[in-house]
Amino acid sequence: MANLNVNINGLLMNNPVMTASGTFGYGKEYEDFVDLEKIGGIIVKGTTLHKREGNPYPRMAETPSGMLNAVGLQNKGVNYFINHIYPQIKDIPTNMIVNVSGSSIESYVKTAEAINELEKIPAIELNISCPNVKKGGMAFGVSIQGASEVVSAVRKVYKKCLIVKLSPNVTDITEIARAAEASGADSVSLINTILGMAIDAEHRRPLLSTVTGGMSGAAVKPIALRMVWQVAKAVKIPVIGLGGIMNARDAIEFILAGASAIQIGTANFIDPTITVKVVEGINDYLERHHYKSINDIIGALEI
Amino acid sequence: MNKHILDLTVVENIKLHTNYVLLKMTHELTLPPMMPGQFAEIKIDGSSTTFLRRPISINYVDKEKNEVWFLIQLVGDGTHQLSKVNKGDKVNIILPLGKGFTLPQSNIHKKCLIIGGGVGIAPLLYLGEQLLVNGNQPVFLLGARSKQDLLQLDNFQQLGLVYTTTEDGSCGEKGYVTQHSILSHERFDIIYSCGPKPMMVSVAKFAKANHIECEVSLENKMACGIGACLCCVENTNEGHLCVCKEGPVFNIKQLLWQI
Repeated sequence: MANLNVNINGLLMNNPVMTASGTFGYGKEYEDFVDLEKIGGIIVKGTTLHKREGNPYPRMAETPSGMLNAVGLQNKGVNYFINHIYPQIKDIPTNMIVNVSGSSIESYVKTAEAINELEKIPAIELNISCPNVKKGGMAFGVSIQGASEVVSAVRKVYKKCLIVKLSPNVTDITEIARAAEASGADSVSLINTILGMAIDAEHRRPLLSTVTGGMSGAAVKPIALRMVWQVAKAVKIPVIGLGGIMNARDAIEFILAGASAIQIGTANFIDPTITVKVVEGINDYLERHHYKSINDIIGALEI
Repeated sequence: MNKHILDLTVVENIKLHTNYVLLKMTHELTLPPMMPGQFAEIKIDGSSTTFLRRPISINYVDKEKNEVWFLIQLVGDGTHQLSKVNKGDKVNIILPLGKGFTLPQSNIHKKCLIIGGGVGIAPLLYLGEQLLVNGNQPVFLLGARSKQDLLQLDNFQQLGLVYTTTEDGSCGEKGYVTQHSILSHERFDIIYSCGPKPMMVSVAKFAKANHIECEVSLENKMACGIGACLCCVENTNEGHLCVCKEGPVFNIKQLLWQI
């Protein structure tokens, strides 16, 4: 067995495989299928200061090798999370990480402050990249100034590992990554979904209630991989790669491109056991190539 | 009820007519308990345009033969590929999923009307059988476009009285299920329904106006099938609920339909 331990600026994980926010519920949903302990970290559903109903149905459209979603951060708010969900998930023996979103700097700060008090939550992932909400979300993630302001403000109140999730819907993702790093982020995760659209030609209507939505799945992998490679060269903090990872080989590509850890999202819908298969697959790869540790291949791409 | 990922083996693939197949599947171990109205997420191989699993109702469970049946309407490339499986093929399936129909307590004998339309009859066969096993009297009212679209009539007739409507009048009364004369002649305690949404809305209106308990099964587009992605929500009096987890069966009192 190779050493799969990774260190994301103080966040210690048994392996580099995490689940992407919004695709794994609160972890409990997958208990019948996988031993959650075997996953490096679970990033739970996006949480906001106040309850959000999310967008109207329909919220999902299948696309070739992918899907669009427009869920719109449906969640019951941070107080409900603390009082009702946290007690149920705090003893899951892996890193339980909360994805934090907001509509204003103040709401991001208040939510992060509240989560900071939770002993068993070692990190947050600051979502400045959700394409499916009208206010906030991606608005902060598409400008250097917006990203700097929200990350700096949250950094002041959040004392543990601060991961910032980046949007691919920008001209140059490395600028935003650098801004997050300069504002105190411990790590960046990328990519969130790519803004897309689907049309029902027969009825001349959009397939999503919001017309546009976030694209994920195998089809986005080459774009995600390119962005992870660019960002890993641009920042010194650890990079967490995600976007269309369907198997261990995909995960290794991201790690070779410079990701210290990876997240699996949409693939969970097709194979709810994929996370543990990817952990095993990464180990097999390391053994086959005679590497002792996962750290030996992070950014090991030869050009 | 625990959810399982199983490689089921195809026992039989029966072409019902051009647009429908009935797949009977088994497993080397005893199949897990399943409730009528629950569904499965079926992985489709060999279709380049099919990325997600397909949610398919549990049509029937034959406990003696350790079989689960799926009635499949051929809609797109995914269901077309699925319809090509042969005896002995393995199909990867997650089941059972969702919350099924509420069966009356076994000591209370209820007169149940089961209304199905088109391929919406799929979950109703197992429902009818379970109602009968529990001492209730299921009566079926099944509607379709024409005679050839009325599926599994023989199976339904073994469980109770079957009334039919067809839009072209080729079988039973001409028209829609909600226009059938049985509804004005007989009184029922509970109505269960599955079919196209306009049909279920009409059924819900009838049930509400006549103060009859009514449950309907929805088929919102879904991705994960287990309540993780929140894509398939229905707006209810408790807010957005996942059809895959809190449904697919809902009491009409929960829904915000204009009825």
